[in-house]
Amino acid sequence: MRAMIVKEFRELVRDRRTLGMLIVLPLLLLVIFGYAANFYVSSVKTAVVGPQAVQTATVLPSFFDVTVTEPADTQADAETLLRDNKVDVAFVTGKTPVLALVDGSNLFAAQSAVAGLNKAGNTVRTQVLYNPDLKTSWVMVPAIIGLILTFIGTIITSIGMVREREAGTLEQLAVMPIRPSRVILGKIAPYFLVASVDMIVVTVLGILLFSVPFNGNPFAFALGAAIFLFVVLGLGVFISTISQTAGQAIQTAFFFLLPQILLSGMIFPLDAMAAGVRWIGYLLPLTYFTMISQGIMLRGAPITSLWLPFVVLTVMAVVVFTGATLRFRRDLAPGRPASPASEQPATEKVGSA
Amino acid sequence: MTYSVRSATVRFGPTVALDDVTVEVPAGSVVAVVGGDGAGKSTLLRALAGEVALDAGLVEAPPRQRLGYLPASSGSWAALTVTQNIDFVAGIYGLAGEELAARRAELLNRASLTPAAGRLAAQLSGGMRRKLGFIMAIVHQPALLILDEPSTGVDPVSRIDLWRLASEAAAAGAAVLMSTTYLDEAERAAHLVVLDRGRVLVQGSYDQVRAGFAGVVTQADQPARAEWAWRRGRVLHEYWPAGAPSTPSRPSAGTAVAPDLEDIVIALSLARRNAVPS
Repeated sequence: MRAMIVKEFRELVRDRRTLGMLIVLPLLLLVIFGYAANFYVSSVKTAVVGPQAVQTATVLPSFFDVTVTEPADTQADAETLLRDNKVDVAFVTGKTPVLALVDGSNLFAAQSAVAGLNKAGNTVRTQVLYNPDLKTSWVMVPAIIGLILTFIGTIITSIGMVREREAGTLEQLAVMPIRPSRVILGKIAPYFLVASVDMIVVTVLGILLFSVPFNGNPFAFALGAAIFLFVVLGLGVFISTISQTAGQAIQTAFFFLLPQILLSGMIFPLDAMAAGVRWIGYLLPLTYFTMISQGIMLRGAPITSLWLPFVVLTVMAVVVFTGATLRFRRDLAPGRPASPASEQPATEKVGSA
Repeated sequence: MTYSVRSATVRFGPTVALDDVTVEVPAGSVVAVVGGDGAGKSTLLRALAGEVALDAGLVEAPPRQRLGYLPASSGSWAALTVTQNIDFVAGIYGLAGEELAARRAELLNRASLTPAAGRLAAQLSGGMRRKLGFIMAIVHQPALLILDEPSTGVDPVSRIDLWRLASEAAAAGAAVLMSTTYLDEAERAAHLVVLDRGRVLVQGSYDQVRAGFAGVVTQADQPARAEWAWRRGRVLHEYWPAGAPSTPSRPSAGTAVAPDLEDIVIALSLARRNAVPS
């Protein structure tokens, strides 16, 4: 048995990814659950509009972090602020009782706000928008669509790409007159289509089974999903370039997937996380897709109010996909010039004299 | 047309996989590369195929449309049928329609794979899968055909088929470069390249290699020097390099034998490893 234990340790020491998982994962989980796993929102961004906006803003408890005070604005303006995710709560003054509008798509902030408002009694009439019953499923389904796309994009794609390497057929492709970029596009196109179908199925089922509303523009949603898919497919290609086997690809994809599940705001609200952990969430593509999917599906937000997540995802897509393609190209044709095959002479001379 | 690698050096970290190697592959002939494990055979082939970048030297190869390559791995997609594998590769080279159908039927027939056309590559025997890989490498009638150990692990009958297919490709005008661990196969090639630890020990036709071999190989039950001996069947062969300062110039024991290619390859490798000029 001693020989077996020694052998196992030797293998483990050489398997750095598994070793990394064994050491890094517990630390990651400790940090995440220690600093990020917090459902309690300590303050909510608040707008106060209407004739008594200034007076009302001064008497609000500190929980309501007033960022907008506009005496001239109306209820419609307040709803626009909520729809565009500028604030979580908006007080509309001018009538008695004061109307408090709460953004139900930001579930935990809304729950905390409603609990606080209920203590105010009859002086405030509370109205929850976009998720009136504060259902968890309404918030989770748009986020889960992103999670499914992430799963297909990173794990399934990287396995599909690595399989070529494992089978040795990547060598075959490398000598064929086909550009590396076309190899990549040809490889990921089926995954793009499958993920798109999955996205439609999950969205429709979410609407049918959980009555999740779809208040926004489906084309804007599709555009956001397509950009996000390019990011996660790029991650899948990147993972395949740093993995030799399907097992390694799964391990590596897991490293990418776990933070997205825990730190993207899908489960724990970003606002409730410690600042030291929250910034990680803002580096993750799922964070921005969740902003888009929840914004469009629940709040009916127009693309103009979601420009930030759209721009961030587009930049991520360009950077990740270009980087992954360049790495893949290097793997695919290290000894060949980058020029297309059709431009090569009848006999080509390659090398350094 | 002759394709070549000239003065090629390839390093993988501290390891020199190819060290100033020059090999020419003329059209219409088969050049066989032989050598032990780690000799640099695959690196040489992959350098000519453009899969490995040279640290120094020059590669003269046709453009990719005119290059056929059978890697040391299976060379086919396991989840595709034989026909689908051929069609995929042929499609990349621009073959389609009736031209493809005719070419596919001809190649399947020549490789005796017609009955297996609808089977998944994963369900083929090792020999059949290598023949499928071979078909995929020549479906577009390449000017340069590179075969990395096409017959390793293949049954004797399939080995004969593969050699016949390679010979036919050469007869049709292709320059064929193949690596092999079977020296009887290599003897049949028009030109031999013997590699050892990244360097060319000797090259030429089989007759030229034999004629240029210096020294004597003897046969005995007990070798005089174990480090110069190797087993051939039930007896041991021993190499006595010509003019080696630290060894007798003539065999002191055993019966001299006419060395075959296996003897020559082993003797030259031992000479290099024992640092004796051959």
